[in-house]
Amino acid sequence: MDATPRSAAHAAAPAPSPDAAATPPPSAPPTAPAHPTPRLAVDGLTVAFGGLTALDDVGFAVEAGQILALIGPNGAGKTTAFNAVCGLVRPKSGRILLDGAPAPARPSLLRDHGVARTLQGLGLFDGLSVLDHVRLPQPQPRGRAAGERARAELERHGLGDLADRPVQTLPYPERKRVALARALVADPRLLLLDEPAGGLGEDDIDALGRTVREVAAGGCAVLLVEHHVDFVLGLADRVVVLDFGRVIAAGSPEAIRGDAAVEAAYLGLQASA
Amino acid sequence: MDRLLFLLATGLARGAVFALFALSLVLIWRAARIVNFAQGAMAVTAAYVAFAVTALTGSYWVGLASGLAAAALLGLAVERGVMRFASHASPLSGVIIAIGLVMVLQSLLGMLAGQTVRPMAAPFDESPIVVGGVPILSPYDAFVLVVALAVMAGLALLFGRTSLGLQLRAAAFAPEVSRLLGVRAARMTTIGWMLSAAVAALAALLLIPTELGLNPHSTDVLFVYAFAVAVVGGLDSPAGALVGGLVVGVAMSLVTGYLGATVAPIAVLVLLVGVLLVRPGGIFSAREARTA
Repeated sequence: MDATPRSAAHAAAPAPSPDAAATPPPSAPPTAPAHPTPRLAVDGLTVAFGGLTALDDVGFAVEAGQILALIGPNGAGKTTAFNAVCGLVRPKSGRILLDGAPAPARPSLLRDHGVARTLQGLGLFDGLSVLDHVRLPQPQPRGRAAGERARAELERHGLGDLADRPVQTLPYPERKRVALARALVADPRLLLLDEPAGGLGEDDIDALGRTVREVAAGGCAVLLVEHHVDFVLGLADRVVVLDFGRVIAAGSPEAIRGDAAVEAAYLGLQASA
Repeated sequence: MDRLLFLLATGLARGAVFALFALSLVLIWRAARIVNFAQGAMAVTAAYVAFAVTALTGSYWVGLASGLAAAALLGLAVERGVMRFASHASPLSGVIIAIGLVMVLQSLLGMLAGQTVRPMAAPFDESPIVVGGVPILSPYDAFVLVVALAVMAGLALLFGRTSLGLQLRAAAFAPEVSRLLGVRAARMTTIGWMLSAAVAALAALLLIPTELGLNPHSTDVLFVYAFAVAVVGGLDSPAGALVGGLVVGVAMSLVTGYLGATVAPIAVLVLLVGVLLVRPGGIFSAREARTA
Protein backbone atom coordinates (compact mmCIF):
# COMPACT_ATOMS: atom_id res chain seq x y z
CA MET A 1 0.00 0.00 0.00
CA ASP A 2 2.89 2.31 0.61
CA ALA A 3 3.98 4.57 -2.19
CA THR A 4 7.42 3.85 -3.60
CA PRO A 5 9.87 6.39 -5.03
CA ARG A 6 9.47 7.01 -8.73
CA SER A 7 13.16 6.77 -9.55
CA ALA A 8 16.57 6.15 -8.10
CA ALA A 9 17.39 9.82 -8.57
CA HIS A 10 15.29 10.58 -5.51
CA ALA A 11 16.99 7.99 -3.36
CA ALA A 12 19.59 10.59 -2.38
CA ALA A 13 19.81 11.31 1.31
CA PRO A 14 17.55 14.15 2.54
CA ALA A 15 19.17 17.54 3.04
CA PRO A 16 20.66 18.04 6.50
CA SER A 17 18.10 19.44 8.90
CA PRO A 18 17.99 20.69 12.50
CA ASP A 19 16.20 17.54 13.54
CA ALA A 20 18.54 15.27 11.59
CA ALA A 21 19.79 13.87 14.87
CA ALA A 22 16.35 12.43 15.55
CA THR A 23 16.25 10.74 12.15
CA PRO A 24 17.37 7.12 12.10
CA PRO A 25 20.31 6.49 9.77
CA PRO A 26 19.22 5.69 6.19
CA SER A 27 20.73 2.22 6.55
CA ALA A 28 18.01 1.16 8.98
CA PRO A 29 14.73 2.90 8.22
CA PRO A 30 11.74 1.52 10.09
CA THR A 31 9.17 1.35 7.31
CA ALA A 32 10.75 0.74 3.92
CA PRO A 33 14.02 -1.19 4.13
CA ALA A 34 14.87 -0.83 0.42
CA HIS A 35 14.49 2.97 0.40
CA PRO A 36 15.64 5.98 2.37
CA THR A 37 13.33 7.21 5.11
CA PRO A 38 10.35 8.86 3.40
CA ARG A 39 9.77 12.50 4.21
CA LEU A 40 6.23 11.69 5.28
CA ALA A 41 5.09 8.23 6.22
CA VAL A 42 1.52 7.58 7.32
CA ASP A 43 0.92 4.11 8.67
CA GLY A 44 -2.30 2.50 9.90
CA LEU A 45 -3.94 5.89 10.41
CA THR A 46 -7.43 5.71 11.86
CA VAL A 47 -9.42 8.82 12.74
CA ALA A 48 -12.90 8.74 14.21
CA PHE A 49 -15.32 11.55 14.90
CA GLY A 50 -17.66 10.14 17.49
CA GLY A 51 -19.09 7.02 15.90
CA LEU A 52 -18.04 7.98 12.38
CA THR A 53 -14.77 6.53 11.15
CA ALA A 54 -13.34 9.19 8.86
CA LEU A 55 -10.12 7.31 8.13
CA ASP A 56 -9.65 3.59 8.51
CA ASP A 57 -6.16 2.09 8.54
CA VAL A 58 -4.80 4.48 5.92
CA GLY A 59 -1.17 4.28 4.89
CA PHE A 60 0.96 6.09 2.34
CA ALA A 61 4.39 7.63 2.09
CA VAL A 62 5.91 10.55 0.21
CA GLU A 63 9.57 10.68 -0.73
CA ALA A 64 11.67 13.75 -1.25
CA GLY A 65 11.01 15.14 -4.73
CA GLN A 66 7.86 13.11 -5.15
CA ILE A 67 4.34 14.35 -5.86
CA LEU A 68 1.70 12.17 -4.27
CA ALA A 69 -1.98 12.90 -4.88
CA LEU A 70 -4.82 11.89 -2.61
CA ILE A 71 -8.05 11.66 -4.54
CA GLY A 72 -11.51 10.42 -3.78
CA PRO A 73 -15.14 11.53 -3.67
CA ASN A 74 -16.33 14.19 -1.27
CA GLY A 75 -16.20 12.93 2.30
CA ALA A 76 -13.62 10.26 1.47
CA GLY A 77 -11.32 11.61 4.18
CA LYS A 78 -8.74 13.52 2.14
CA THR A 79 -8.80 16.70 4.16
CA THR A 80 -9.05 14.70 7.38
CA ALA A 81 -5.79 13.00 6.39
CA PHE A 82 -4.25 16.45 5.95
CA ASN A 83 -5.58 17.59 9.28
CA ALA A 84 -4.17 14.53 10.99
CA VAL A 85 -0.75 15.16 9.48
CA CYS A 86 -0.97 18.78 10.68
CA GLY A 87 -1.96 17.82 14.20
CA LEU A 88 -5.37 19.46 13.85
CA VAL A 89 -7.20 16.21 14.56
CA ARG A 90 -6.00 13.53 16.90
CA PRO A 91 -5.79 10.06 15.33
CA LYS A 92 -7.39 7.15 17.15
CA SER A 93 -4.46 5.00 16.10
CA GLY A 94 -1.64 4.87 13.62
CA ARG A 95 1.64 6.63 13.08
CA ILE A 96 2.60 9.80 11.25
CA LEU A 97 6.34 10.10 10.73
CA LEU A 98 8.31 13.01 9.35
CA ASP A 99 11.74 11.85 8.23
CA GLY A 100 11.20 8.80 10.38
CA ALA A 101 10.40 10.72 13.58
CA PRO A 102 6.91 11.25 14.99
CA ALA A 103 5.27 14.40 13.59
CA PRO A 104 4.84 17.22 16.12
CA ALA A 105 1.52 17.16 17.94
CA ARG A 106 1.11 20.94 17.79
CA PRO A 107 0.38 22.62 14.44
CA SER A 108 2.54 25.62 15.37
CA LEU A 109 5.65 23.40 15.32
CA LEU A 110 5.10 22.12 11.76
CA ARG A 111 6.98 24.97 10.15
CA ASP A 112 10.00 24.21 12.33
CA HIS A 113 9.91 20.73 10.78
CA GLY A 114 9.78 22.12 7.24
CA VAL A 115 6.09 21.35 6.71
CA ALA A 116 3.91 23.91 4.94
CA ARG A 117 0.26 23.66 4.06
CA THR A 118 -2.30 25.54 1.99
CA LEU A 119 -5.94 25.55 2.96
CA GLN A 120 -9.06 24.90 0.93
CA GLY A 121 -10.51 28.20 2.12
CA LEU A 122 -7.19 30.03 1.47
CA GLY A 123 -7.05 31.30 5.06
CA LEU A 124 -5.73 34.71 4.08
CA PHE A 125 -5.82 37.61 6.52
CA ASP A 126 -8.09 40.46 5.39
CA GLY A 127 -6.40 43.77 6.04
CA LEU A 128 -2.85 42.44 5.77
CA SER A 129 -0.85 43.22 2.66
CA VAL A 130 0.37 40.60 0.21
CA LEU A 131 3.91 41.13 1.49
CA ASP A 132 2.80 40.75 5.13
CA HIS A 133 1.38 37.33 4.26
CA VAL A 134 4.69 36.12 2.97
CA ARG A 135 6.54 37.66 5.91
CA LEU A 136 4.34 35.97 8.47
CA PRO A 137 5.39 32.28 8.44
CA GLN A 138 7.72 31.51 11.35
CA PRO A 139 10.59 31.16 11.86
CA GLN A 140 11.61 34.26 9.89
CA PRO A 141 15.22 35.15 9.19
CA ARG A 142 16.44 38.16 11.17
CA GLY A 143 16.61 41.70 9.85
CA ARG A 144 16.77 42.56 6.18
CA ALA A 145 16.92 38.95 4.99
CA ALA A 146 13.24 38.40 5.87
CA GLY A 147 12.06 41.15 3.54
CA GLU A 148 14.36 40.06 0.73
CA ARG A 149 13.25 36.45 0.98
CA ALA A 150 9.59 37.50 0.96
CA ARG A 151 10.04 39.79 -2.06
CA ALA A 152 11.90 37.07 -3.97
CA GLU A 153 9.08 34.60 -3.29
CA LEU A 154 6.48 37.12 -4.52
CA GLU A 155 8.48 37.73 -7.71
CA ARG A 156 8.58 33.99 -8.33
CA HIS A 157 4.78 33.93 -8.35
CA GLY A 158 4.38 37.11 -10.39
CA LEU A 159 3.08 38.98 -7.35
CA GLY A 160 5.92 41.49 -7.04
CA ASP A 161 3.84 44.46 -8.17
CA LEU A 162 1.03 43.60 -5.78
CA ALA A 163 3.24 43.39 -2.66
CA ASP A 164 1.65 46.35 -0.88
CA ARG A 165 -1.96 45.67 -1.84
CA PRO A 166 -4.35 44.57 0.91
CA VAL A 167 -4.94 40.93 0.10
CA GLN A 168 -8.73 41.16 0.08
CA THR A 169 -8.61 43.55 -2.90
CA LEU A 170 -7.01 40.96 -5.21
CA PRO A 171 -8.92 38.76 -7.65
CA TYR A 172 -9.32 35.12 -6.66
CA PRO A 173 -6.49 33.58 -8.77
CA GLU A 174 -4.01 36.10 -7.30
CA ARG A 175 -5.23 35.41 -3.76
CA LYS A 176 -4.69 31.75 -4.45
CA ARG A 177 -1.12 32.51 -5.54
CA VAL A 178 -0.56 34.50 -2.35
CA ALA A 179 -1.59 31.45 -0.34
CA LEU A 180 0.86 29.31 -2.34
CA ALA A 181 3.66 31.86 -1.96
CA ARG A 182 3.02 31.95 1.78
CA ALA A 183 3.39 28.18 1.93
CA LEU A 184 6.55 28.12 -0.17
CA VAL A 185 8.42 31.08 1.32
CA ALA A 186 10.51 29.06 3.74
CA ASP A 187 11.43 26.35 1.18
CA PRO A 188 9.44 23.64 2.93
CA ARG A 189 10.59 20.04 2.71
CA LEU A 190 7.03 18.77 2.76
CA LEU A 191 4.26 20.72 1.05
CA LEU A 192 0.60 19.88 1.63
CA LEU A 193 -1.70 21.37 -1.00
CA ASP A 194 -5.43 21.25 -0.29
CA GLU A 195 -7.27 21.71 -3.59
CA PRO A 196 -4.75 24.11 -5.13
CA ALA A 197 -6.51 24.15 -8.51
CA GLY A 198 -10.01 24.75 -7.14
CA GLY A 199 -11.67 27.75 -8.77
CA LEU A 200 -8.79 28.42 -11.16
CA GLY A 201 -8.94 28.74 -14.95
CA GLU A 202 -6.87 26.72 -17.38
CA ASP A 203 -3.92 29.11 -17.62
CA ASP A 204 -3.66 29.47 -13.87
CA ILE A 205 -3.82 25.69 -13.48
CA ASP A 206 -0.98 25.26 -15.97
CA ALA A 207 1.13 27.80 -14.09
CA LEU A 208 0.31 26.03 -10.83
CA GLY A 209 1.40 22.70 -12.32
CA ARG A 210 4.72 24.20 -13.40
CA THR A 211 5.29 25.68 -9.95
CA VAL A 212 4.53 22.41 -8.18
CA ARG A 213 6.85 20.45 -10.49
CA GLU A 214 9.57 23.01 -9.90
CA VAL A 215 9.14 22.74 -6.14
CA ALA A 216 9.28 18.95 -6.27
CA ALA A 217 12.33 19.05 -8.54
CA GLY A 218 13.99 21.06 -5.79
CA GLY A 219 13.66 18.07 -3.45
CA CYS A 220 10.42 18.97 -1.67
CA ALA A 221 7.91 16.20 -1.08
CA VAL A 222 4.44 17.24 -2.23
CA LEU A 223 1.17 15.81 -0.98
CA LEU A 224 -1.82 17.00 -2.94
CA VAL A 225 -5.57 16.78 -2.48
CA GLU A 226 -7.44 17.75 -5.59
CA HIS A 227 -10.76 17.20 -7.36
CA HIS A 228 -9.52 18.19 -10.80
CA VAL A 229 -8.70 14.70 -12.04
CA ASP A 230 -6.91 15.58 -15.27
CA PHE A 231 -4.68 18.01 -13.40
CA VAL A 232 -3.88 15.40 -10.75
CA LEU A 233 -3.18 12.55 -13.14
CA GLY A 234 -0.98 14.80 -15.26
CA LEU A 235 1.02 16.05 -12.29
CA ALA A 236 1.33 13.32 -9.67
CA ASP A 237 4.00 10.63 -9.57
CA ARG A 238 1.74 8.44 -7.53
CA VAL A 239 -1.92 8.51 -6.68
CA VAL A 240 -3.68 7.16 -3.61
CA VAL A 241 -7.44 6.79 -3.91
CA LEU A 242 -9.59 7.06 -0.81
CA ASP A 243 -13.23 6.08 -0.50
CA PHE A 244 -15.17 6.09 2.75
CA GLY A 245 -11.94 6.55 4.66
CA ARG A 246 -10.15 3.55 3.16
CA VAL A 247 -7.44 3.31 0.57
CA ILE A 248 -9.05 1.53 -2.37
CA ALA A 249 -6.19 1.90 -4.84
CA ALA A 250 -2.66 3.23 -5.07
CA GLY A 251 -0.25 3.41 -7.96
CA SER A 252 0.93 5.40 -10.92
CA PRO A 253 -1.55 7.76 -12.63
CA GLU A 254 -1.72 5.35 -15.57
CA ALA A 255 -2.58 2.42 -13.32
CA ILE A 256 -5.21 4.48 -11.50
CA ARG A 257 -6.84 5.51 -14.76
CA GLY A 258 -7.40 1.85 -15.61
CA ASP A 259 -8.48 0.71 -12.13
CA ALA A 260 -12.04 -0.59 -12.09
CA ALA A 261 -12.61 0.09 -8.39
CA VAL A 262 -11.53 3.68 -8.84
CA GLU A 263 -13.71 3.99 -11.89
CA ALA A 264 -16.71 2.85 -9.91
CA ALA A 265 -16.01 4.89 -6.80
CA TYR A 266 -14.83 8.11 -8.24
CA LEU A 267 -13.75 8.72 -11.79
CA GLY A 268 -17.09 7.75 -13.26
CA LEU A 269 -18.73 10.49 -11.22
CA GLN A 270 -16.23 13.01 -12.54
CA ALA A 271 -17.12 12.58 -16.23
CA SER A 272 -18.50 16.09 -16.28
CA ALA A 273 -15.52 17.68 -14.52
CA MET B 1 -10.02 83.27 24.57
CA ASP B 2 -7.24 82.70 27.12
CA ARG B 3 -9.53 80.40 28.99
CA LEU B 4 -10.41 78.49 25.82
CA LEU B 5 -6.74 77.93 24.98
CA PHE B 6 -6.01 76.63 28.47
CA LEU B 7 -9.03 74.33 28.42
CA LEU B 8 -8.09 72.98 25.00
CA ALA B 9 -4.49 72.27 26.06
CA THR B 10 -5.40 70.50 29.30
CA GLY B 11 -8.21 68.72 27.46
CA LEU B 12 -5.74 67.36 24.95
CA ALA B 13 -3.42 66.11 27.69
CA ARG B 14 -6.31 64.42 29.48
CA GLY B 15 -7.70 63.13 26.20
CA ALA B 16 -4.35 61.55 25.35
CA VAL B 17 -4.59 59.53 28.58
CA PHE B 18 -8.17 58.49 27.81
CA ALA B 19 -6.97 57.49 24.35
CA LEU B 20 -4.15 55.45 25.85
CA PHE B 21 -6.47 53.61 28.21
CA ALA B 22 -9.03 53.10 25.44
CA LEU B 23 -6.24 51.76 23.24
CA SER B 24 -5.45 49.18 25.90
CA LEU B 25 -9.08 48.02 25.72
CA VAL B 26 -8.82 47.87 21.92
CA LEU B 27 -5.64 45.78 22.23
CA ILE B 28 -7.36 43.14 24.35
CA TRP B 29 -10.49 43.22 22.25
CA ARG B 30 -8.45 42.55 19.14
CA ALA B 31 -6.29 39.89 20.74
CA ALA B 32 -8.93 37.97 22.65
CA ARG B 33 -12.36 39.36 21.69
CA ILE B 34 -12.95 40.23 25.34
CA VAL B 35 -14.02 43.62 26.70
CA ASN B 36 -11.87 43.65 29.80
CA PHE B 37 -13.96 45.29 32.48
CA ALA B 38 -11.14 44.51 34.94
CA GLN B 39 -8.73 46.79 33.10
CA GLY B 40 -9.21 49.62 35.61
CA ALA B 41 -8.82 47.40 38.67
CA MET B 42 -5.70 45.80 37.19
CA ALA B 43 -4.27 49.24 36.45
CA VAL B 44 -4.89 50.54 39.97
CA THR B 45 -3.30 47.41 41.43
CA ALA B 46 -0.20 48.18 39.38
CA ALA B 47 -0.41 51.80 40.55
CA TYR B 48 -0.24 50.60 44.17
CA VAL B 49 2.93 48.68 43.31
CA ALA B 50 4.37 51.84 41.76
CA PHE B 51 3.35 53.85 44.83
CA ALA B 52 4.96 51.35 47.20
CA VAL B 53 8.18 51.17 45.22
CA THR B 54 8.38 54.97 44.95
CA ALA B 55 7.86 55.24 48.71
CA LEU B 56 10.61 52.69 49.24
CA THR B 57 13.20 54.01 46.80
CA GLY B 58 12.25 57.68 46.70
CA SER B 59 12.33 57.59 42.90
CA TYR B 60 9.24 58.26 40.80
CA TRP B 61 10.88 56.59 37.80
CA VAL B 62 11.76 53.34 39.53
CA GLY B 63 8.20 53.26 40.83
CA LEU B 64 6.81 53.86 37.35
CA ALA B 65 8.92 51.08 35.85
CA SER B 66 7.94 48.66 38.62
CA GLY B 67 4.27 49.55 38.16
CA LEU B 68 4.43 48.82 34.44
CA ALA B 69 6.26 45.53 35.04
CA ALA B 70 3.72 44.55 37.70
CA ALA B 71 0.90 45.36 35.27
CA ALA B 72 2.42 43.16 32.58
CA LEU B 73 2.80 40.30 35.06
CA LEU B 74 -0.77 40.81 36.22
CA GLY B 75 -1.89 40.69 32.59
CA LEU B 76 -0.02 37.41 32.19
CA ALA B 77 -1.56 35.97 35.35
CA VAL B 78 -5.09 37.06 34.45
CA GLU B 79 -4.84 35.66 30.91
CA ARG B 80 -3.20 32.38 31.83
CA GLY B 81 -5.02 31.97 35.11
CA VAL B 82 -8.62 32.84 34.33
CA MET B 83 -9.39 34.46 30.99
CA ARG B 84 -8.06 31.56 28.94
CA PHE B 85 -10.90 29.52 30.36
CA ALA B 86 -13.59 31.99 29.36
CA SER B 87 -16.07 30.47 26.94
CA HIS B 88 -15.72 31.71 23.40
CA ALA B 89 -19.33 30.86 22.69
CA SER B 90 -20.62 33.95 24.49
CA PRO B 91 -18.93 37.31 25.12
CA LEU B 92 -20.73 37.41 28.45
CA SER B 93 -18.41 34.79 29.94
CA GLY B 94 -15.36 37.06 29.71
CA VAL B 95 -17.35 40.03 31.01
CA ILE B 96 -18.56 38.16 34.09
CA ILE B 97 -15.06 36.86 34.84
CA ALA B 98 -13.73 40.40 34.50
CA ILE B 99 -16.32 41.83 36.88
CA GLY B 100 -15.41 39.10 39.37
CA LEU B 101 -11.77 40.11 39.02
CA VAL B 102 -12.67 43.75 39.72
CA MET B 103 -14.27 42.75 43.01
CA VAL B 104 -11.41 40.49 44.02
CA LEU B 105 -8.68 43.02 43.18
CA GLN B 106 -10.43 46.01 44.75
CA SER B 107 -11.26 44.08 47.93
CA LEU B 108 -7.67 42.88 48.22
CA LEU B 109 -6.39 46.42 47.76
CA GLY B 110 -8.89 47.68 50.33
CA MET B 111 -7.70 45.07 52.85
CA LEU B 112 -4.01 45.62 52.19
CA ALA B 113 -3.87 49.39 51.69
CA GLY B 114 -7.15 50.75 53.03
CA GLN B 115 -9.72 52.96 51.35
CA THR B 116 -8.09 56.31 52.05
CA VAL B 117 -6.98 58.37 49.09
CA ARG B 118 -3.21 58.65 49.02
CA PRO B 119 -1.62 61.59 47.30
CA MET B 120 0.87 60.64 44.64
CA ALA B 121 3.49 63.22 43.73
CA ALA B 122 3.97 64.19 40.10
CA PRO B 123 7.56 64.23 38.83
CA PHE B 124 7.11 67.70 37.31
CA ASP B 125 5.55 71.00 38.25
CA GLU B 126 1.78 71.02 38.01
CA SER B 127 1.20 74.75 37.71
CA PRO B 128 0.66 76.00 34.18
CA ILE B 129 3.38 77.76 32.24
CA VAL B 130 2.28 81.28 31.39
CA VAL B 131 3.12 82.41 27.87
CA GLY B 132 2.51 86.11 27.20
CA GLY B 133 0.09 86.36 30.11
CA VAL B 134 -1.86 83.30 28.94
CA PRO B 135 -1.65 80.12 31.05
CA ILE B 136 -1.17 77.20 28.64
CA LEU B 137 -0.13 73.86 30.05
CA SER B 138 1.72 72.67 33.13
CA PRO B 139 5.07 70.92 32.61
CA TYR B 140 3.46 67.77 33.99
CA ASP B 141 0.58 67.94 31.51
CA ALA B 142 3.11 68.42 28.73
CA PHE B 143 4.94 65.32 30.00
CA VAL B 144 1.67 63.36 30.02
CA LEU B 145 0.82 64.45 26.49
CA VAL B 146 4.27 63.57 25.15
CA VAL B 147 4.44 60.18 26.87
CA ALA B 148 0.93 59.20 25.79
CA LEU B 149 1.52 60.19 22.18
CA ALA B 150 4.97 58.53 22.12
CA VAL B 151 3.57 55.26 23.47
CA MET B 152 0.79 55.31 20.91
CA ALA B 153 3.29 55.97 18.13
CA GLY B 154 5.44 53.14 19.49
CA LEU B 155 2.47 50.77 19.44
CA ALA B 156 1.65 51.81 15.88
CA LEU B 157 5.23 50.97 14.90
CA LEU B 158 5.14 47.68 16.78
CA PHE B 159 1.94 46.52 15.09
CA GLY B 160 2.64 48.00 11.68
CA ARG B 161 6.35 47.41 11.18
CA THR B 162 7.62 44.50 13.23
CA SER B 163 7.43 40.75 12.88
CA LEU B 164 6.01 40.46 16.40
CA GLY B 165 3.28 42.95 15.53
CA LEU B 166 2.44 41.02 12.38
CA GLN B 167 2.17 37.81 14.39
CA LEU B 168 0.00 39.54 17.02
CA ARG B 169 -2.38 40.75 14.31
CA ALA B 170 -2.48 37.43 12.49
CA ALA B 171 -3.05 35.44 15.68
CA ALA B 172 -5.88 37.79 16.66
CA PHE B 173 -7.48 37.53 13.22
CA ALA B 174 -7.29 33.75 12.69
CA PRO B 175 -5.54 31.75 15.42
CA GLU B 176 -5.89 28.36 13.70
CA VAL B 177 -4.40 29.48 10.39
CA SER B 178 -1.65 31.36 12.25
CA ARG B 179 -0.66 28.19 14.06
CA LEU B 180 -0.20 26.38 10.75
CA LEU B 181 2.16 29.20 9.79
CA GLY B 182 4.28 28.59 12.85
CA VAL B 183 2.86 31.47 14.90
CA ARG B 184 2.53 30.61 18.60
CA ALA B 185 -1.02 31.92 18.73
CA ALA B 186 -1.58 31.29 22.45
CA ARG B 187 1.66 33.09 23.27
CA MET B 188 0.54 36.01 21.10
CA THR B 189 -2.71 36.29 23.07
CA THR B 190 -0.70 36.35 26.30
CA ILE B 191 1.63 39.03 24.93
CA GLY B 192 -1.42 41.04 23.88
CA TRP B 193 -2.75 40.92 27.45
CA MET B 194 0.59 41.87 28.97
CA LEU B 195 1.02 44.77 26.58
CA SER B 196 -2.52 45.95 27.14
CA ALA B 197 -2.28 45.76 30.94
CA ALA B 198 0.97 47.74 30.90
CA VAL B 199 -0.52 50.43 28.64
CA ALA B 200 -3.58 50.75 30.89
CA ALA B 201 -1.38 50.99 34.00
CA LEU B 202 0.67 53.72 32.33
CA ALA B 203 -2.50 55.68 31.57
CA ALA B 204 -3.65 55.32 35.17
CA LEU B 205 -0.25 56.30 36.56
CA LEU B 206 -0.19 59.41 34.38
CA LEU B 207 -3.58 60.59 35.61
CA ILE B 208 -3.37 59.61 39.30
CA PRO B 209 -1.11 62.46 40.53
CA THR B 210 -3.26 65.25 39.06
CA GLU B 211 -6.77 63.90 38.72
CA LEU B 212 -7.57 60.61 40.29
CA GLY B 213 -5.57 60.26 43.48
CA LEU B 214 -4.80 56.74 44.63
CA ASN B 215 -7.41 54.56 46.25
CA PRO B 216 -8.79 51.17 45.22
CA HIS B 217 -11.53 52.79 43.15
CA SER B 218 -9.60 55.63 41.60
CA THR B 219 -9.54 54.14 38.10
CA ASP B 220 -13.28 53.43 37.97
CA VAL B 221 -13.97 56.80 36.39
CA LEU B 222 -11.05 56.46 34.01
CA PHE B 223 -12.35 53.08 32.90
CA VAL B 224 -15.83 54.42 32.25
CA TYR B 225 -14.50 57.32 30.17
CA ALA B 226 -12.03 55.13 28.29
CA PHE B 227 -14.72 52.54 27.64
CA ALA B 228 -16.89 55.31 26.24
CA VAL B 229 -13.95 56.40 24.09
CA ALA B 230 -13.31 52.87 22.85
CA VAL B 231 -16.95 52.35 21.97
CA VAL B 232 -17.23 55.78 20.35
CA GLY B 233 -14.11 55.13 18.30
CA GLY B 234 -14.95 51.52 17.53
CA LEU B 235 -13.58 48.70 19.69
CA ASP B 236 -11.68 47.39 16.70
CA SER B 237 -9.96 50.61 15.78
CA PRO B 238 -6.75 51.99 17.32
CA ALA B 239 -7.19 55.20 15.30
CA GLY B 240 -10.69 55.47 16.70
CA ALA B 241 -9.32 55.19 20.25
CA LEU B 242 -6.88 58.02 19.60
CA VAL B 243 -9.36 60.39 17.98
CA GLY B 244 -12.15 59.40 20.38
CA GLY B 245 -9.85 59.97 23.37
CA LEU B 246 -8.84 63.42 22.25
CA VAL B 247 -12.44 64.38 21.45
CA VAL B 248 -13.75 63.18 24.81
CA GLY B 249 -10.83 64.82 26.66
CA VAL B 250 -11.33 68.18 25.03
CA ALA B 251 -15.13 67.97 25.33
CA MET B 252 -14.85 67.20 29.04
CA SER B 253 -12.39 70.01 29.58
CA LEU B 254 -14.63 72.52 27.81
CA VAL B 255 -17.77 71.36 29.61
CA THR B 256 -15.95 71.47 32.95
CA GLY B 257 -14.60 74.94 32.22
CA TYR B 258 -17.79 76.54 30.97
CA LEU B 259 -20.59 74.56 32.60
CA GLY B 260 -19.00 73.08 35.72
CA ALA B 261 -17.29 69.87 36.74
CA THR B 262 -20.49 68.04 37.66
CA VAL B 263 -21.83 68.29 34.12
CA ALA B 264 -18.75 66.69 32.50
CA PRO B 265 -19.53 63.01 33.21
CA ILE B 266 -23.06 63.53 31.95
CA ALA B 267 -21.71 65.08 28.75
CA VAL B 268 -19.54 61.99 28.16
CA LEU B 269 -22.48 59.65 28.63
CA VAL B 270 -24.66 61.77 26.32
CA LEU B 271 -21.91 61.50 23.71
CA LEU B 272 -21.72 57.72 24.21
CA VAL B 273 -25.47 57.24 23.86
CA GLY B 274 -25.60 59.56 20.86
CA VAL B 275 -22.88 57.69 19.00
CA LEU B 276 -24.37 54.31 19.80
CA LEU B 277 -27.72 55.45 18.41
CA VAL B 278 -26.21 56.67 15.16
CA ARG B 279 -23.38 54.19 14.66
CA PRO B 280 -23.69 51.17 16.95
CA GLY B 281 -20.26 49.83 15.98
CA GLY B 282 -18.47 53.08 16.69
CA ILE B 283 -17.37 55.87 14.41
CA PHE B 284 -14.24 54.19 13.11
CA SER B 285 -15.36 50.58 13.26
CA ALA B 286 -14.37 48.24 10.48
CA ARG B 287 -17.23 46.70 8.56
CA GLU B 288 -16.69 43.19 9.91
CA ALA B 289 -16.85 44.48 13.47
CA ARG B 290 -20.33 45.82 12.88
CA THR B 291 -21.67 42.61 11.48
CA ALA B 292 -19.92 40.45 14.07
